[in-house]
Amino acid sequence: MRTDKKEFLSISASQKEYLKKSKQRQHRILAIRILILALFLLLWETAVRQGWIDGFIFSSPSRAAKTFLQMWKDGSLLRHTSVTLAETLASFALVVLLGIGCAVLLWYNTALSEILEPYLVVLNSLPKSALAPLLIVWLGANLKSIIVSGISVAVFGTILNLYTGFTEMDPDKIKLIYTLQGTKKDVLSKVILPGTLPLVLGNMKVNIGLCLVGVVIGEFIGAREGLGYLIIYSSQVFKLDILILSILILCGIAMLLYGVLNLLEKRVARRS
Amino acid sequence: MNPLLELNHVSYTYHSKSGETCALSDISFWVYPSEFIAIVGPSGCGKSTMLSLISGLLPAESGSILFHGKTDKSKIGYMLQRDHLFEWRTIYRNITLGLEIQHRLNEESRLRVEKMLKDYGLERFRNARPGELSGGMRQRAALIRTLAPDPELLLLDEPFSALDYQTRLSVCDDVSAILRKEKKTALLVTHDLSEAISMADRILVLTRRPARLRAILDVKFAAEEQLTAEPAGLSSREANADNTSAPKIKKRLTPLERRNAPEFQGYFNLLWKELNADEDR
Repeated sequence: MRTDKKEFLSISASQKEYLKKSKQRQHRILAIRILILALFLLLWETAVRQGWIDGFIFSSPSRAAKTFLQMWKDGSLLRHTSVTLAETLASFALVVLLGIGCAVLLWYNTALSEILEPYLVVLNSLPKSALAPLLIVWLGANLKSIIVSGISVAVFGTILNLYTGFTEMDPDKIKLIYTLQGTKKDVLSKVILPGTLPLVLGNMKVNIGLCLVGVVIGEFIGAREGLGYLIIYSSQVFKLDILILSILILCGIAMLLYGVLNLLEKRVARRS
Repeated sequence: MNPLLELNHVSYTYHSKSGETCALSDISFWVYPSEFIAIVGPSGCGKSTMLSLISGLLPAESGSILFHGKTDKSKIGYMLQRDHLFEWRTIYRNITLGLEIQHRLNEESRLRVEKMLKDYGLERFRNARPGELSGGMRQRAALIRTLAPDPELLLLDEPFSALDYQTRLSVCDDVSAILRKEKKTALLVTHDLSEAISMADRILVLTRRPARLRAILDVKFAAEEQLTAEPAGLSSREANADNTSAPKIKKRLTPLERRNAPEFQGYFNLLWKELNADEDR
Protein backbone atom coordinates (compact mmCIF):
# COMPACT_ATOMS: atom_id res chain seq x y z
CA MET A 1 0.00 0.00 0.00
CA ARG A 2 2.67 2.46 1.07
CA THR A 3 4.85 1.81 -1.93
CA ASP A 4 1.83 2.24 -4.20
CA LYS A 5 1.26 5.68 -2.83
CA LYS A 6 4.89 6.60 -3.21
CA GLU A 7 4.91 5.51 -6.81
CA PHE A 8 1.75 7.46 -7.34
CA LEU A 9 3.29 10.63 -5.95
CA SER A 10 6.46 10.43 -7.97
CA ILE A 11 5.24 9.86 -11.51
CA SER A 12 8.08 9.08 -13.86
CA ALA A 13 9.12 11.65 -16.43
CA SER A 14 7.95 9.53 -19.35
CA GLN A 15 4.54 9.01 -17.72
CA LYS A 16 4.26 12.78 -17.22
CA GLU A 17 5.14 13.30 -20.85
CA TYR A 18 2.50 10.79 -21.92
CA LEU A 19 -0.22 12.42 -19.79
CA LYS A 20 0.71 15.84 -21.11
CA LYS A 21 0.52 14.64 -24.70
CA SER A 22 -2.85 12.99 -24.30
CA LYS A 23 -4.25 16.12 -22.67
CA GLN A 24 -2.90 18.26 -25.49
CA ARG A 25 -4.56 15.99 -28.00
CA GLN A 26 -7.92 16.33 -26.23
CA HIS A 27 -7.64 20.10 -26.28
CA ARG A 28 -6.77 20.11 -29.95
CA ILE A 29 -9.81 18.01 -30.80
CA LEU A 30 -12.12 20.32 -28.85
CA ALA A 31 -10.59 23.39 -30.50
CA ILE A 32 -11.12 21.95 -33.99
CA ARG A 33 -14.73 21.06 -33.17
CA ILE A 34 -15.48 24.63 -32.13
CA LEU A 35 -13.59 25.97 -35.13
CA ILE A 36 -15.74 23.94 -37.55
CA LEU A 37 -18.92 25.36 -36.02
CA ALA A 38 -17.57 28.91 -36.09
CA LEU A 39 -16.41 28.58 -39.71
CA PHE A 40 -19.78 27.17 -40.74
CA LEU A 41 -21.68 30.04 -39.12
CA LEU A 42 -19.26 32.57 -40.57
CA LEU A 43 -19.57 31.15 -44.08
CA TRP A 44 -23.37 31.09 -43.80
CA GLU A 45 -23.53 34.69 -42.62
CA THR A 46 -21.07 35.88 -45.27
CA ALA A 47 -22.87 34.03 -48.05
CA VAL A 48 -26.14 35.76 -47.16
CA ARG A 49 -24.55 39.21 -46.73
CA GLN A 50 -22.66 38.91 -50.01
CA GLY A 51 -25.82 37.88 -51.78
CA TRP A 52 -24.49 34.41 -52.75
CA ILE A 53 -27.66 32.86 -51.33
CA ASP A 54 -31.03 34.37 -50.57
CA GLY A 55 -31.41 35.29 -46.88
CA PHE A 56 -35.19 35.02 -47.15
CA ILE A 57 -34.98 31.33 -47.98
CA PHE A 58 -31.77 30.31 -46.21
CA SER A 59 -32.04 32.64 -43.22
CA SER A 60 -28.75 33.46 -41.50
CA PRO A 61 -27.21 33.21 -38.04
CA SER A 62 -27.86 36.87 -37.35
CA ARG A 63 -31.49 36.65 -38.52
CA ALA A 64 -32.00 33.51 -36.42
CA ALA A 65 -30.50 35.32 -33.43
CA LYS A 66 -32.79 38.28 -33.97
CA THR A 67 -35.81 35.99 -34.17
CA PHE A 68 -34.63 34.24 -31.04
CA LEU A 69 -34.53 37.48 -29.07
CA GLN A 70 -37.89 38.55 -30.37
CA MET A 71 -39.60 35.25 -29.59
CA TRP A 72 -37.86 35.07 -26.25
CA LYS A 73 -39.30 38.43 -25.28
CA ASP A 74 -42.88 37.55 -26.19
CA GLY A 75 -42.51 34.20 -24.39
CA SER A 76 -43.62 32.07 -27.36
CA LEU A 77 -40.24 30.39 -27.77
CA LEU A 78 -40.09 29.23 -24.19
CA ARG A 79 -43.64 27.90 -24.43
CA HIS A 80 -43.03 25.88 -27.61
CA THR A 81 -39.69 24.57 -26.39
CA SER A 82 -40.98 23.56 -22.98
CA VAL A 83 -43.99 21.79 -24.51
CA THR A 84 -41.76 19.71 -26.79
CA LEU A 85 -39.33 19.00 -23.95
CA ALA A 86 -42.11 17.97 -21.58
CA GLU A 87 -43.72 15.68 -24.18
CA THR A 88 -40.34 14.10 -24.93
CA LEU A 89 -39.57 13.48 -21.27
CA ALA A 90 -43.05 12.05 -20.66
CA SER A 91 -42.81 9.63 -23.58
CA PHE A 92 -39.25 8.74 -22.59
CA ALA A 93 -40.30 7.90 -19.03
CA LEU A 94 -43.13 5.73 -20.36
CA VAL A 95 -40.78 4.02 -22.84
CA VAL A 96 -38.39 3.14 -20.01
CA LEU A 97 -41.19 1.78 -17.84
CA LEU A 98 -42.96 -0.07 -20.66
CA GLY A 99 -39.72 -1.32 -22.16
CA ILE A 100 -38.34 -2.77 -18.94
CA GLY A 101 -41.78 -4.06 -17.90
CA CYS A 102 -42.47 -5.87 -21.16
CA ALA A 103 -38.90 -7.22 -21.42
CA VAL A 104 -39.23 -8.65 -17.89
CA LEU A 105 -42.58 -10.18 -18.78
CA LEU A 106 -41.15 -11.81 -21.91
CA TRP A 107 -38.15 -13.06 -19.93
CA TYR A 108 -40.45 -14.56 -17.29
CA ASN A 109 -42.59 -16.29 -19.87
CA THR A 110 -40.52 -17.92 -22.59
CA ALA A 111 -43.58 -19.21 -24.44
CA LEU A 112 -45.03 -15.70 -24.59
CA SER A 113 -41.80 -14.30 -26.01
CA GLU A 114 -41.67 -17.02 -28.68
CA ILE A 115 -45.29 -16.30 -29.64
CA LEU A 116 -44.87 -12.53 -29.79
CA GLU A 117 -41.45 -12.39 -31.45
CA PRO A 118 -42.61 -11.92 -35.09
CA TYR A 119 -45.07 -9.22 -34.05
CA LEU A 120 -42.39 -7.30 -32.18
CA VAL A 121 -39.98 -7.58 -35.09
CA VAL A 122 -42.58 -6.23 -37.54
CA LEU A 123 -43.64 -3.41 -35.22
CA ASN A 124 -40.00 -2.52 -34.64
CA SER A 125 -39.12 -2.24 -38.33
CA LEU A 126 -42.33 -0.42 -39.26
CA PRO A 127 -41.67 3.29 -39.99
CA LYS A 128 -43.46 4.90 -37.06
CA SER A 129 -44.23 8.09 -38.98
CA ALA A 130 -46.81 5.95 -40.77
CA LEU A 131 -48.62 5.49 -37.47
CA ALA A 132 -48.80 9.18 -36.52
CA PRO A 133 -51.79 10.13 -38.71
CA LEU A 134 -53.64 7.08 -37.41
CA LEU A 135 -52.93 8.04 -33.80
CA ILE A 136 -54.27 11.54 -34.39
CA VAL A 137 -57.50 10.12 -35.78
CA TRP A 138 -57.86 7.59 -33.00
CA LEU A 139 -56.76 9.63 -30.02
CA GLY A 140 -57.49 13.16 -31.24
CA ALA A 141 -55.22 16.09 -31.88
CA ASN A 142 -53.98 16.40 -28.32
CA LEU A 143 -51.10 15.79 -25.97
CA LYS A 144 -52.01 12.12 -25.61
CA SER A 145 -51.47 11.22 -29.26
CA ILE A 146 -48.20 13.14 -29.40
CA ILE A 147 -46.83 11.28 -26.38
CA VAL A 148 -48.02 7.96 -27.82
CA SER A 149 -46.32 8.89 -31.09
CA GLY A 150 -43.07 9.47 -29.14
CA ILE A 151 -43.47 6.13 -27.38
CA SER A 152 -44.23 4.23 -30.58
CA VAL A 153 -40.91 5.14 -32.15
CA ALA A 154 -38.78 3.83 -29.27
CA VAL A 155 -40.69 1.21 -27.36
CA PHE A 156 -40.51 -1.87 -29.63
CA GLY A 157 -36.78 -1.57 -30.16
CA THR A 158 -36.32 -1.17 -26.42
CA ILE A 159 -38.33 -4.28 -25.62
CA LEU A 160 -36.41 -6.39 -28.15
CA ASN A 161 -33.05 -4.99 -27.13
CA LEU A 162 -33.55 -5.44 -23.38
CA TYR A 163 -35.13 -8.87 -23.77
CA THR A 164 -32.13 -10.04 -25.81
CA GLY A 165 -29.83 -8.61 -23.13
CA PHE A 166 -31.74 -10.42 -20.40
CA THR A 167 -31.53 -13.78 -22.18
CA GLU A 168 -27.82 -13.39 -22.84
CA MET A 169 -26.98 -13.28 -19.13
CA ASP A 170 -24.33 -15.86 -18.14
CA PRO A 171 -26.31 -19.04 -17.33
CA ASP A 172 -23.86 -19.93 -14.56
CA LYS A 173 -24.65 -16.68 -12.74
CA ILE A 174 -28.30 -17.70 -12.88
CA LYS A 175 -27.40 -21.20 -11.71
CA LEU A 176 -25.59 -19.64 -8.76
CA ILE A 177 -28.84 -18.06 -7.56
CA TYR A 178 -30.59 -21.43 -7.78
CA THR A 179 -27.76 -23.13 -5.86
CA LEU A 180 -28.41 -20.60 -3.09
CA GLN A 181 -32.06 -21.75 -3.08
CA GLY A 182 -33.25 -18.67 -4.94
CA THR A 183 -36.29 -18.47 -7.19
CA LYS A 184 -36.79 -16.96 -10.63
CA LYS A 185 -37.75 -13.73 -8.89
CA ASP A 186 -34.35 -13.68 -7.16
CA VAL A 187 -32.64 -14.30 -10.50
CA LEU A 188 -34.42 -11.24 -11.83
CA SER A 189 -33.72 -8.92 -8.93
CA LYS A 190 -30.20 -10.11 -8.03
CA VAL A 191 -28.70 -10.93 -11.43
CA ILE A 192 -30.69 -9.86 -14.48
CA LEU A 193 -31.63 -6.31 -13.50
CA PRO A 194 -28.37 -5.22 -11.81
CA GLY A 195 -26.30 -7.10 -14.39
CA THR A 196 -27.94 -5.43 -17.36
CA LEU A 197 -27.96 -1.92 -15.91
CA PRO A 198 -25.25 -0.75 -18.35
CA LEU A 199 -27.33 -2.12 -21.23
CA VAL A 200 -30.46 -0.34 -19.95
CA LEU A 201 -28.59 2.94 -19.66
CA GLY A 202 -27.03 2.61 -23.11
CA ASN A 203 -30.47 1.87 -24.47
CA MET A 204 -31.93 4.93 -22.74
CA LYS A 205 -29.30 7.09 -24.40
CA VAL A 206 -30.54 6.03 -27.83
CA ASN A 207 -34.20 6.19 -26.83
CA ILE A 208 -34.31 9.77 -25.69
CA GLY A 209 -33.35 10.82 -29.22
CA LEU A 210 -35.96 8.51 -30.73
CA CYS A 211 -38.65 9.90 -28.43
CA LEU A 212 -37.80 13.39 -29.61
CA VAL A 213 -38.20 12.22 -33.21
CA GLY A 214 -41.60 10.69 -32.42
CA VAL A 215 -42.82 13.76 -30.57
CA VAL A 216 -41.83 16.11 -33.40
CA ILE A 217 -43.59 13.84 -35.93
CA GLY A 218 -46.69 13.92 -33.74
CA GLU A 219 -46.51 17.71 -33.46
CA PHE A 220 -46.22 18.03 -37.24
CA ILE A 221 -49.64 16.54 -37.63
CA GLY A 222 -51.77 17.31 -34.66
CA ALA A 223 -50.54 20.09 -32.42
CA ARG A 224 -51.06 23.76 -31.70
CA GLU A 225 -47.88 24.06 -29.64
CA GLY A 226 -44.35 22.74 -29.68
CA LEU A 227 -41.33 22.98 -31.96
CA GLY A 228 -42.76 20.49 -34.47
CA TYR A 229 -45.85 22.67 -34.81
CA LEU A 230 -43.63 25.74 -35.11
CA ILE A 231 -41.66 24.13 -37.94
CA ILE A 232 -44.77 23.21 -39.94
CA TYR A 233 -46.42 26.56 -39.26
CA SER A 234 -43.39 28.63 -40.22
CA SER A 235 -42.83 26.64 -43.42
CA GLN A 236 -46.44 27.25 -44.43
CA VAL A 237 -46.24 31.00 -43.85
CA PHE A 238 -42.70 31.08 -45.24
CA LYS A 239 -41.07 32.45 -42.09
CA LEU A 240 -37.87 30.51 -42.53
CA ASP A 241 -36.07 32.35 -39.74
CA ILE A 242 -38.44 30.70 -37.29
CA LEU A 243 -38.01 27.33 -39.00
CA ILE A 244 -34.22 27.49 -38.82
CA LEU A 245 -34.36 28.66 -35.22
CA SER A 246 -36.65 25.75 -34.30
CA ILE A 247 -34.25 23.28 -35.88
CA LEU A 248 -31.33 24.82 -34.02
CA ILE A 249 -33.23 24.55 -30.74
CA LEU A 250 -34.06 20.90 -31.50
CA CYS A 251 -30.31 20.33 -31.98
CA GLY A 252 -29.75 21.92 -28.58
CA ILE A 253 -32.42 19.79 -26.89
CA ALA A 254 -31.07 16.59 -28.44
CA MET A 255 -27.56 17.45 -27.27
CA LEU A 256 -28.72 18.35 -23.77
CA LEU A 257 -30.78 15.17 -23.26
CA TYR A 258 -28.01 12.95 -24.59
CA GLY A 259 -25.50 14.75 -22.40
CA VAL A 260 -27.53 14.24 -19.23
CA LEU A 261 -27.92 10.51 -19.89
CA ASN A 262 -24.27 10.18 -20.83
CA LEU A 263 -23.35 11.73 -17.50
CA LEU A 264 -25.69 9.34 -15.67
CA GLU A 265 -24.18 6.37 -17.49
CA LYS A 266 -20.65 7.42 -16.60
CA ARG A 267 -21.58 7.93 -12.97
CA VAL A 268 -23.10 4.46 -12.74
CA ALA A 269 -20.12 2.91 -14.52
CA ARG A 270 -17.76 4.50 -12.04
CA ARG A 271 -19.78 3.28 -9.07
CA SER A 272 -19.66 -0.39 -10.07
CA MET B 1 -24.05 -44.02 11.88
CA ASN B 2 -26.75 -42.94 9.45
CA PRO B 3 -25.59 -41.72 6.07
CA LEU B 4 -25.96 -38.01 5.40
CA LEU B 5 -26.58 -38.55 1.72
CA GLU B 6 -27.84 -41.64 -0.12
CA LEU B 7 -27.92 -42.14 -3.85
CA ASN B 8 -29.91 -45.23 -4.82
CA HIS B 9 -29.81 -46.38 -8.45
CA VAL B 10 -29.83 -42.86 -9.84
CA SER B 11 -29.99 -42.38 -13.62
CA TYR B 12 -30.31 -39.28 -15.72
CA THR B 13 -30.79 -38.62 -19.43
CA TYR B 14 -30.60 -35.30 -21.25
CA HIS B 15 -33.17 -34.77 -23.98
CA SER B 16 -32.70 -32.47 -26.94
CA LYS B 17 -34.06 -32.28 -30.47
CA SER B 18 -30.96 -33.98 -31.85
CA GLY B 19 -31.46 -36.96 -29.57
CA GLU B 20 -31.03 -38.14 -26.03
CA THR B 21 -27.83 -38.48 -24.05
CA CYS B 22 -27.65 -40.83 -21.13
CA ALA B 23 -25.42 -39.02 -18.63
CA LEU B 24 -25.68 -41.18 -15.53
CA SER B 25 -26.62 -44.80 -15.23
CA ASP B 26 -27.50 -46.61 -12.03
CA ILE B 27 -25.32 -44.71 -9.57
CA SER B 28 -25.47 -45.71 -5.91
CA PHE B 29 -23.33 -44.56 -3.01
CA TRP B 30 -23.61 -43.21 0.51
CA VAL B 31 -21.88 -40.29 2.15
CA TYR B 32 -21.35 -40.13 5.91
CA PRO B 33 -21.15 -37.01 8.07
CA SER B 34 -17.80 -35.15 7.97
CA GLU B 35 -16.51 -37.33 5.15
CA PHE B 36 -14.65 -35.81 2.22
CA ILE B 37 -15.52 -37.60 -1.01
CA ALA B 38 -13.92 -36.95 -4.37
CA ILE B 39 -15.50 -38.00 -7.64
CA VAL B 40 -13.16 -38.49 -10.58
CA GLY B 41 -13.87 -39.54 -14.12
CA PRO B 42 -13.09 -38.69 -17.73
CA SER B 43 -14.12 -35.18 -18.73
CA GLY B 44 -17.69 -34.86 -19.89
CA CYS B 45 -18.75 -38.06 -18.15
CA GLY B 46 -21.56 -36.47 -16.18
CA LYS B 47 -19.82 -35.50 -12.95
CA SER B 48 -21.38 -32.04 -12.88
CA THR B 49 -24.77 -33.52 -13.70
CA MET B 50 -24.46 -35.65 -10.60
CA LEU B 51 -23.93 -32.56 -8.43
CA SER B 52 -26.90 -30.83 -10.04
CA LEU B 53 -29.01 -33.87 -9.22
CA ILE B 54 -27.81 -34.04 -5.62
CA SER B 55 -28.41 -30.33 -5.07
CA GLY B 56 -31.91 -30.67 -6.46
CA LEU B 57 -31.34 -28.35 -9.44
CA LEU B 58 -32.25 -31.26 -11.71
CA PRO B 59 -34.82 -33.93 -10.86
CA ALA B 60 -33.49 -37.50 -11.03
CA GLU B 61 -35.05 -39.49 -13.84
CA SER B 62 -35.06 -42.66 -11.83
CA GLY B 63 -33.71 -43.75 -8.46
CA SER B 64 -33.73 -41.69 -5.31
CA ILE B 65 -31.47 -39.14 -3.70
CA LEU B 66 -32.03 -38.75 0.02
CA PHE B 67 -30.48 -36.20 2.32
CA HIS B 68 -30.92 -37.11 5.99
CA GLY B 69 -33.30 -39.75 4.65
CA LYS B 70 -35.54 -37.05 3.17
CA THR B 71 -35.86 -35.29 -0.16
CA ASP B 72 -35.44 -31.78 1.28
CA LYS B 73 -32.20 -30.39 -0.14
CA SER B 74 -32.16 -26.97 1.50
CA LYS B 75 -29.10 -27.70 3.67
CA ILE B 76 -26.87 -28.49 0.71
CA GLY B 77 -24.37 -25.88 -0.49
CA TYR B 78 -23.04 -25.89 -4.04
CA MET B 79 -19.83 -24.19 -5.13
CA LEU B 80 -19.51 -23.71 -8.87
CA GLN B 81 -16.41 -23.91 -11.02
CA ARG B 82 -15.95 -20.16 -11.37
CA ASP B 83 -16.53 -17.77 -8.48
CA HIS B 84 -19.22 -15.65 -10.21
CA LEU B 85 -18.80 -12.86 -7.68
CA PHE B 86 -21.02 -10.01 -8.81
CA GLU B 87 -19.06 -6.93 -9.78
CA TRP B 88 -21.99 -4.71 -8.78
CA ARG B 89 -21.79 -5.90 -5.16
CA THR B 90 -19.04 -5.48 -2.58
CA ILE B 91 -17.31 -8.60 -1.28
CA TYR B 92 -19.41 -8.48 1.88
CA ARG B 93 -22.67 -8.21 -0.04
CA ASN B 94 -21.53 -10.98 -2.38
CA ILE B 95 -20.88 -13.23 0.58
CA THR B 96 -24.26 -12.53 2.15
CA LEU B 97 -26.10 -13.13 -1.14
CA GLY B 98 -27.36 -16.57 -0.12
CA LEU B 99 -28.54 -15.35 3.27
CA GLU B 100 -30.26 -12.43 1.59
CA ILE B 101 -32.08 -14.71 -0.85
CA GLN B 102 -33.17 -17.05 1.94
CA HIS B 103 -34.21 -14.10 4.15
CA ARG B 104 -31.88 -15.30 6.87
CA LEU B 105 -29.76 -12.18 7.22
CA ASN B 106 -29.99 -11.73 10.97
CA GLU B 107 -27.78 -11.01 13.95
CA GLU B 108 -26.58 -14.60 14.23
CA SER B 109 -25.80 -15.13 10.55
CA ARG B 110 -24.06 -11.75 10.34
CA LEU B 111 -21.80 -12.74 13.23
CA ARG B 112 -20.94 -16.00 11.50
CA VAL B 113 -20.05 -14.15 8.29
CA GLU B 114 -18.00 -11.61 10.24
CA LYS B 115 -16.07 -14.41 11.89
CA MET B 116 -15.38 -16.18 8.61
CA LEU B 117 -14.25 -12.93 7.00
CA LYS B 118 -11.82 -12.45 9.86
CA ASP B 119 -10.66 -16.08 10.04
CA TYR B 120 -10.03 -16.38 6.33
CA GLY B 121 -8.27 -13.08 5.78
CA LEU B 122 -10.89 -11.20 3.79
CA GLU B 123 -11.91 -8.61 6.37
CA ARG B 124 -9.69 -6.00 4.77
CA PHE B 125 -11.58 -6.44 1.50
CA ARG B 126 -15.14 -6.46 2.80
CA ASN B 127 -16.00 -3.23 0.96
CA ALA B 128 -13.82 -3.97 -2.07
CA ARG B 129 -15.22 -4.93 -5.46
CA PRO B 130 -14.44 -8.49 -6.66
CA GLY B 131 -12.22 -7.08 -9.43
CA GLU B 132 -9.75 -5.87 -6.82
CA LEU B 133 -9.11 -9.39 -5.46
CA SER B 134 -6.68 -12.04 -6.67
CA GLY B 135 -7.98 -15.31 -8.07
CA GLY B 136 -7.25 -17.19 -4.86
CA MET B 137 -8.98 -14.62 -2.67
CA ARG B 138 -11.99 -14.56 -4.98
CA GLN B 139 -12.30 -18.33 -4.65
CA ARG B 140 -12.09 -18.01 -0.88
CA ALA B 141 -14.85 -15.38 -0.98
CA ALA B 142 -16.95 -17.73 -3.11
CA LEU B 143 -16.43 -20.51 -0.56
CA ILE B 144 -17.51 -18.26 2.30
CA ARG B 145 -20.58 -17.28 0.26
CA THR B 146 -21.42 -20.98 -0.02
CA LEU B 147 -20.76 -21.58 3.68
CA ALA B 148 -22.67 -18.52 4.92
CA PRO B 149 -26.11 -20.20 4.88
CA ASP B 150 -24.46 -22.94 6.99
CA PRO B 151 -25.00 -25.97 4.72
CA GLU B 152 -24.40 -29.46 6.13
CA LEU B 153 -23.15 -30.88 2.86
CA LEU B 154 -20.94 -29.01 0.42
CA LEU B 155 -20.80 -29.83 -3.28
CA LEU B 156 -17.64 -28.60 -5.01
CA ASP B 157 -17.62 -28.60 -8.80
CA GLU B 158 -13.96 -28.38 -9.87
CA PRO B 159 -13.60 -25.26 -7.75
CA PHE B 160 -9.90 -24.87 -8.54
CA SER B 161 -9.82 -25.54 -12.25
CA ALA B 162 -9.96 -21.85 -13.20
CA LEU B 163 -6.86 -21.05 -11.12
CA ASP B 164 -3.22 -21.19 -12.12
CA TYR B 165 -1.24 -24.11 -10.72
CA GLN B 166 0.49 -22.33 -7.85
CA THR B 167 -2.68 -20.60 -6.64
CA ARG B 168 -4.46 -23.86 -7.05
CA LEU B 169 -2.21 -25.69 -4.60
CA SER B 170 -2.53 -23.00 -1.95
CA VAL B 171 -6.28 -22.54 -2.40
CA CYS B 172 -6.63 -26.30 -2.19
CA ASP B 173 -4.88 -26.19 1.20
CA ASP B 174 -7.02 -23.23 2.23
CA VAL B 175 -10.31 -24.81 1.32
CA SER B 176 -9.39 -28.09 2.90
CA ALA B 177 -8.46 -26.32 6.15
CA ILE B 178 -11.63 -24.22 6.12
CA LEU B 179 -13.86 -27.24 5.53
CA ARG B 180 -12.08 -29.15 8.30
CA LYS B 181 -12.50 -26.22 10.67
CA GLU B 182 -16.17 -25.75 9.86
CA LYS B 183 -16.65 -29.56 10.13
CA LYS B 184 -18.38 -29.83 6.77
CA THR B 185 -19.10 -32.91 4.74
CA ALA B 186 -17.95 -32.37 1.19
CA LEU B 187 -18.32 -33.90 -2.24
CA LEU B 188 -15.65 -32.74 -4.68
CA VAL B 189 -15.88 -33.29 -8.40
CA THR B 190 -12.56 -33.09 -10.23
CA HIS B 191 -10.68 -34.47 -13.19
CA ASP B 192 -7.38 -33.87 -11.42
CA LEU B 193 -6.32 -37.15 -9.81
CA SER B 194 -3.69 -35.58 -7.55
CA GLU B 195 -6.23 -33.15 -6.25
CA ALA B 196 -8.62 -35.96 -5.41
CA ILE B 197 -5.95 -37.96 -3.58
CA SER B 198 -4.66 -34.95 -1.70
CA MET B 199 -8.06 -34.02 -0.29
CA ALA B 200 -10.39 -36.98 -0.08
CA ASP B 201 -11.22 -39.77 2.37
CA ARG B 202 -12.80 -41.78 -0.39
CA ILE B 203 -12.60 -41.47 -4.16
CA LEU B 204 -15.40 -42.57 -6.48
CA VAL B 205 -14.23 -43.46 -9.97
CA LEU B 206 -16.75 -43.01 -12.77
CA THR B 207 -16.67 -44.59 -16.21
CA ARG B 208 -17.09 -42.74 -19.46
CA ARG B 209 -20.59 -41.62 -20.47
CA PRO B 210 -23.06 -42.93 -19.53
CA ALA B 211 -21.28 -42.71 -16.21
CA ARG B 212 -21.44 -45.73 -13.97
CA LEU B 213 -19.61 -46.23 -10.73
CA ARG B 214 -16.42 -48.13 -11.59
CA ALA B 215 -14.82 -48.30 -8.18
CA ILE B 216 -14.54 -46.74 -4.75
CA LEU B 217 -11.08 -46.11 -3.38
CA ASP B 218 -10.46 -45.58 0.32
CA VAL B 219 -7.62 -43.12 0.76
CA LYS B 220 -5.54 -43.79 3.86
CA PHE B 221 -2.22 -42.35 4.83
CA ALA B 222 -0.05 -43.98 7.49
CA ALA B 223 0.73 -40.59 9.01
CA GLU B 224 -2.99 -40.05 9.56
CA GLU B 225 -3.83 -43.57 10.68
CA GLN B 226 -1.57 -44.32 13.60
CA LEU B 227 -4.18 -46.72 14.97
CA THR B 228 -5.28 -48.81 12.01
CA ALA B 229 -2.65 -49.26 9.37
CA GLU B 230 -4.67 -51.48 7.09
CA PRO B 231 -3.66 -51.50 3.45
CA ALA B 232 -5.63 -49.30 1.15
CA GLY B 233 -7.59 -51.02 -1.55
CA LEU B 234 -10.30 -50.79 -4.08
CA SER B 235 -13.69 -52.15 -3.26
CA SER B 236 -15.93 -53.06 -6.12
CA ARG B 237 -19.11 -51.18 -6.87
CA GLU B 238 -21.24 -54.04 -5.58
CA ALA B 239 -19.37 -54.00 -2.31
CA ASN B 240 -19.98 -50.33 -1.68
CA ALA B 241 -23.25 -50.86 0.14
CA ASP B 242 -21.47 -52.48 3.08
CA ASN B 243 -18.51 -50.18 2.80
CA THR B 244 -19.81 -48.32 5.78
CA SER B 245 -16.64 -47.82 7.76
CA ALA B 246 -17.46 -44.35 9.01
CA PRO B 247 -14.34 -42.22 9.34
CA LYS B 248 -13.18 -41.56 12.86
CA ILE B 249 -12.05 -38.14 13.95
CA LYS B 250 -8.38 -38.28 13.16
CA LYS B 251 -5.40 -36.17 12.39
CA ARG B 252 -5.40 -35.06 8.78
CA LEU B 253 -2.49 -34.13 6.59
CA THR B 254 -2.90 -30.99 4.52
CA PRO B 255 -3.26 -31.60 0.79
CA LEU B 256 0.31 -30.45 0.27
CA GLU B 257 1.62 -32.82 2.95
CA ARG B 258 -0.33 -35.63 1.39
CA ARG B 259 1.26 -34.94 -1.98
CA ASN B 260 4.63 -35.56 -0.32
CA ALA B 261 3.54 -38.69 1.57
CA PRO B 262 4.97 -42.05 0.42
CA GLU B 263 1.55 -43.53 -0.40
CA PHE B 264 0.62 -40.74 -2.81
CA GLN B 265 2.25 -42.23 -5.91
CA GLY B 266 0.64 -45.62 -5.28
CA TYR B 267 -2.83 -44.14 -5.16
CA PHE B 268 -2.12 -42.15 -8.26
CA ASN B 269 -1.11 -45.22 -10.23
CA LEU B 270 -4.12 -47.12 -8.95
CA LEU B 271 -6.52 -44.37 -10.05
CA TRP B 272 -4.74 -43.97 -13.36
CA LYS B 273 -5.14 -47.69 -14.05
CA GLU B 274 -8.82 -47.60 -13.16
CA LEU B 275 -9.52 -44.67 -15.45
CA ASN B 276 -7.55 -46.10 -18.34
CA ALA B 277 -9.10 -49.53 -18.04
CA ASP B 278 -12.16 -47.70 -19.22
CA GLU B 279 -10.31 -46.37 -22.28
CA ASP B 280 -9.13 -49.81 -23.33
CA ARG B 281 -12.53 -51.33 -23.46
